Amino acid sequence: MWTLFHKFGSPPWLYRLSGAILRWLLPITVVALVAGSVWGLLFTAPDFRQGNSYRIIYIHVPAAVVALAGYYVMAIAGAVSLIWRMKMADIAMRACAPIGAALTFIALVTGSIWGKPTWGTWWVWDARITSMLILLFLYLGVVALYEAYENKALAAKACAVLSLVGTVNIPIIYKSVDWWYSLHQPASIKFTGGSTIDPSMLYPLLFMILAFYALFTCALLLNMRAEILQREQRTAWVRALAGERGGS
Amino acid sequence: MTPASAAGFCFRLLRRQLVLGLRRPVELGNPLLFFAMVVALFPLGLGPAPDTLADFAPGILWIVALLSNLLTSDAVFRSDLEDGSLEQLLLAPQPLYFSALAYVLAHWLLTGLLLGLVSPVFALMLGLAPAAIPALAFSLLLGTAVLSLIGGIGGALTVGLKRGGMLISLLILPFYMPVLIFGSSAVQAALNGSPAGPYLAILGALLCISIALAPMAIAAGLRISVDT
Repeated sequence: MWTLFHKFGSPPWLYRLSGAILRWLLPITVVALVAGSVWGLLFTAPDFRQGNSYRIIYIHVPAAVVALAGYYVMAIAGAVSLIWRMKMADIAMRACAPIGAALTFIALVTGSIWGKPTWGTWWVWDARITSMLILLFLYLGVVALYEAYENKALAAKACAVLSLVGTVNIPIIYKSVDWWYSLHQPASIKFTGGSTIDPSMLYPLLFMILAFYALFTCALLLNMRAEILQREQRTAWVRALAGERGGS
Repeated sequence: MTPASAAGFCFRLLRRQLVLGLRRPVELGNPLLFFAMVVALFPLGLGPAPDTLADFAPGILWIVALLSNLLTSDAVFRSDLEDGSLEQLLLAPQPLYFSALAYVLAHWLLTGLLLGLVSPVFALMLGLAPAAIPALAFSLLLGTAVLSLIGGIGGALTVGLKRGGMLISLLILPFYMPVLIFGSSAVQAALNGSPAGPYLAILGALLCISIALAPMAIAAGLRISVDT
């Protein structure tokens, strides 16, 4: 158990492990994303009320689900780095923030593209949309704080504290926005909610959610590998790696 | 010499912060002046029609209070970091949790408390119905205490940085949003004739959570900032 724990703190070991994982996971992710998109976008029946425009959920919902999960991955990595001072957890936490921000942004943009034909407006101050916008701000805050520190070890600690504060706050923010929305609820908009989703539409959606989790993992590992190489650029193992690749 | 007890130490720290604040009465007035000026911007921007202003008054007053709290949060630890007393505080045997709480309490007494006490004047200027004014004052008193605690986290995390001003807003504004929602809802409820009590109770609950958790984050932030 402890040897495994120490191995996770070792950059060369993690670099090799992530390389071995990516060799399999990256092709699987690409195939799954293409297959899921084709399945969802071409082979499912159109919705009888929304026609074809609903198909954007095959991008929108997975992006939103993984964006939310990403925050918890970031916060857990932050907690691990604060408690056990594990360098690799810092790197994982730092790598989560831009990916999470990008996914949140995709969820917001696809939601607004879907909203235009369905609700007749690009943006509505609805509880869920507002919470996603706040989530985007939380991610960008972590990125901004990290970049502001010159010393990256301290930057990682500060970001870990911030992401933990965020974890406590996310349920409060979510609940308060929900409450605020039910107080000010406009009458013009009705969700299609209540109607359960047909299995023929649900399976491609679940498949896409899994594909997006795989995409998140790939992006996280690639991001971490780049950061590891940059941080360890003066060490013997990185020089050896560069030497064998460059052939010089 | 035995070290001072945590409570005594805390009390002395609080008194020190208050004395430092009261010695600079002009700086004490700055947040209030800021509050007055930004309130004056709204009639200029929205037009002087009393109905419009009265409709927007709860939101305006709460947002302006939030901004003036935000702008003062940046300075809570800055001068003490610069003259080295923060470093001494971290070396002290007393728990940093209570010291952080003392700093935040001093900050609230010098900004939030004053803001809550003078807010009825600005409420009248914006034409807020007198029935809603107690709800405004009480929600501001409770809410600004939460804001001071959250602002303290932002202040502690950015105090070691040269350009903290803009960054602190980006970090802590998302955490201010629940307070804004419940604070302005309390005033809105009083305007509509329904009881503001439930909203004030939620603000009180937020205050309890913040008192329990925020000083830990502030302490962690200060340890990081002193290292820079």
